Amino acid sequence: MELHAENENKVIIKPPITSIGIIGWMRENLFSTPFNTILTIIIVSVLWISIIPFVKWALINSSWLPDANCRGTGGACWSIISSNYKIILFGFYPQDILWRPVTAIVMLVSLLFISRNRNFWNAFLGYSWLISLMIMGLLLKGGVFGLEPVDIEKWGGIILTLLLSVFGLTAAYPLGIILALGRQSEMPVIKTFCIFYIELIRGVPLISLLFMSSVVFPLFLPEGVSINGILRAQVAIIMFTAAYIAEVVRGGLQGMNKGQFEAADSIGLNYVQTMRLIILPQALKIVIPPSVSVLISAFKDTSLVVIIGLYDLLKTTQTTLSEPKWMGFSAEAYIFIALIYFVCCFFMSTYSRKLEDELNTDLE
Amino acid sequence: MNKVIKNKNSETISFWYDPDKRSLVYQIGAAFLFAFVAWYLVSNTMTNLERQSIATGFGFLNSEAAFEIGESLIEYSAADRYARALFVGFLNTLLVSFIGVILTVILGTFLGIARLSKNWLIKRCAAAYIELFQDIPVLLQLFFWYAFFYEMLPSPKEALTPFKGLFLCNRGLIFGIPQEHPVYKYMVIAVIIAVIVIFFLKKWAKKRQDLTGKPFPVIITSIILLIGFPLLCWVIGGTPTDMSVPILKGFNFKGGLTISPEFAALLLGLVLYTAAFVAEVVRAGIQSVSKGQTEAAMAIGLKPGQVLNLIILPQALRVIIPPLTSQMLNLTKNSSLAVAIGYPDFVSVAGTAINQTGQAIEGVLLIMIVYLIFSLSTSAFMNFYNKKMAIVER
Repeated sequence: MELHAENENKVIIKPPITSIGIIGWMRENLFSTPFNTILTIIIVSVLWISIIPFVKWALINSSWLPDANCRGTGGACWSIISSNYKIILFGFYPQDILWRPVTAIVMLVSLLFISRNRNFWNAFLGYSWLISLMIMGLLLKGGVFGLEPVDIEKWGGIILTLLLSVFGLTAAYPLGIILALGRQSEMPVIKTFCIFYIELIRGVPLISLLFMSSVVFPLFLPEGVSINGILRAQVAIIMFTAAYIAEVVRGGLQGMNKGQFEAADSIGLNYVQTMRLIILPQALKIVIPPSVSVLISAFKDTSLVVIIGLYDLLKTTQTTLSEPKWMGFSAEAYIFIALIYFVCCFFMSTYSRKLEDELNTDLE
Repeated sequence: MNKVIKNKNSETISFWYDPDKRSLVYQIGAAFLFAFVAWYLVSNTMTNLERQSIATGFGFLNSEAAFEIGESLIEYSAADRYARALFVGFLNTLLVSFIGVILTVILGTFLGIARLSKNWLIKRCAAAYIELFQDIPVLLQLFFWYAFFYEMLPSPKEALTPFKGLFLCNRGLIFGIPQEHPVYKYMVIAVIIAVIVIFFLKKWAKKRQDLTGKPFPVIITSIILLIGFPLLCWVIGGTPTDMSVPILKGFNFKGGLTISPEFAALLLGLVLYTAAFVAEVVRAGIQSVSKGQTEAAMAIGLKPGQVLNLIILPQALRVIIPPLTSQMLNLTKNSSLAVAIGYPDFVSVAGTAINQTGQAIEGVLLIMIVYLIFSLSTSAFMNFYNKKMAIVER
């Protein structure tokens, strides 16, 4: 009570209005020095002159409805997307059974969504991944349970992009781990072979491997045997990604404490047991964030298959653009697929950063 | 039973439980497997090549190429040999990588510093740029810029002129350059001489400072030398000022220097994409130097310039250089995507050669060898640098 009375007599001096609230924030963050003030003004004016016309082009003067006549409106022609989204997203997949790829993609996205939460990471999730991948494959391929079979050659657009990146990484990961273990091994022959492979693949651009898949792989096969182009490209992508995974995993293996190996030896575990039970579970945990980065690059790199003529997202877009009706609307089409790529990669990279924070057990 | 006891007594182990022998068996097995797979592929390939009657070996390099190349740094015509065509492609790859690397480092450094700016707006803009350009495939960006040049820019008649003498249209970027004159050749030589002089000057200045403690204004002298030598050359050569200015004639520009849409799109795409990664590298490097270093340097009385030069940069660069070189290498490797937009780089020329001769194995091998040379020389440089820069622990 006494305390309260005392307080009433005191004059509370507020901070000056210029250092709190929005004005204070602006003073501190935008106009702290003359130099900063100039920079702020320049940036604001640049944004102003570039964003206004862009908004006018993209939103105000644009046409959205399918089959609208876009020529001469001066705005963006989003009709190219609304008229052709089936071709762009799914390529030449038969249009009356598009529910199958859509279901597969929904399954994939929901699985990814569940896997975001580390509390669900257990053997069950692993098995559900395997089973779901198989179901997705069956859904797309058809030929069983009365589903109409669809030739792999017809898989296109986002299906192909996802197929190449998801299967590419799933197959490349075990291969990468083996290569990394080989590189760390004490057997000179195996070590040399692994180093040679990893450095060779990392030294050349993916495009040279894709060239190889399209023109050299067919020569490797015995007479009469042929593999279709998508699978050949898939093999090239797996070979490529595995080398990068191997380097990532090697980083994790090198980060392991020597005591872990010694402890495993002293309780009598053999090499396979040591790796499977002691080293890899810890090493792979460390390398989850960089693995996500490899996944992001693999996802972006699948776009390169356009060069060897496969109908991925980029190629289907270009096919649409080559129709006389839609010629000249490249900007709209490319912005649309850039948005698809951006959203996917952005989620992955945000997730990898979040994971990095969670897994970071260092004391600050 | 008997065997086990015997082992115990003579302290030898059975063959299979001796780690050395076992590893030998594994290795021989692996070598055999590898040899078998290699033999299988080679024999299949040989039969296939014979069946399709495709020639083998690098003999095709000496035959006539019979295709034109759009852009070339050296003289080239369709009558030249494949070897020369491939060399033209190689030079084009070098050119785009070299210019790309320089521009990328400049833009990336700016973005990296902007990312750490105290100005909220600049920081956010840089972050948005980095996120946006990292997350879109570089090939898509190349296609976008290619379409930008061919579809969105006007024809030469209505070319945009942001500055006088510079034209931007669907034929590319055209600007005026000084008229050819022998003096310019000597000016280039003068710059090279200046660089050599500066190198020795720096060595001498460091030696003198170590001995006597007297500093020498190396940076200012270097700048004077770098500008002075070529300028002197230019004045002695009679101060030529003639310019070759682009003039619109018919449907295209005559004179000046034309940068083709393919080259411009490739350069723009590669630089904007890689700069986003370089910015992150630079940011991490600057952040890696703890604040205490700056404070300690200021406490012992170094000037702000000295703090940056002697304390911050050497430490930040040690963190920056290794990932930076790998980004530069990435840019070089990504320049192979030129084939998608029709710029005649090495991969593109080799691809044409493969299509014409059918000698796919040799073509792909050549591509791989060229890029391996790039990457092996880069990693050799990196090893050298890491050894030189490694922190000497006491």
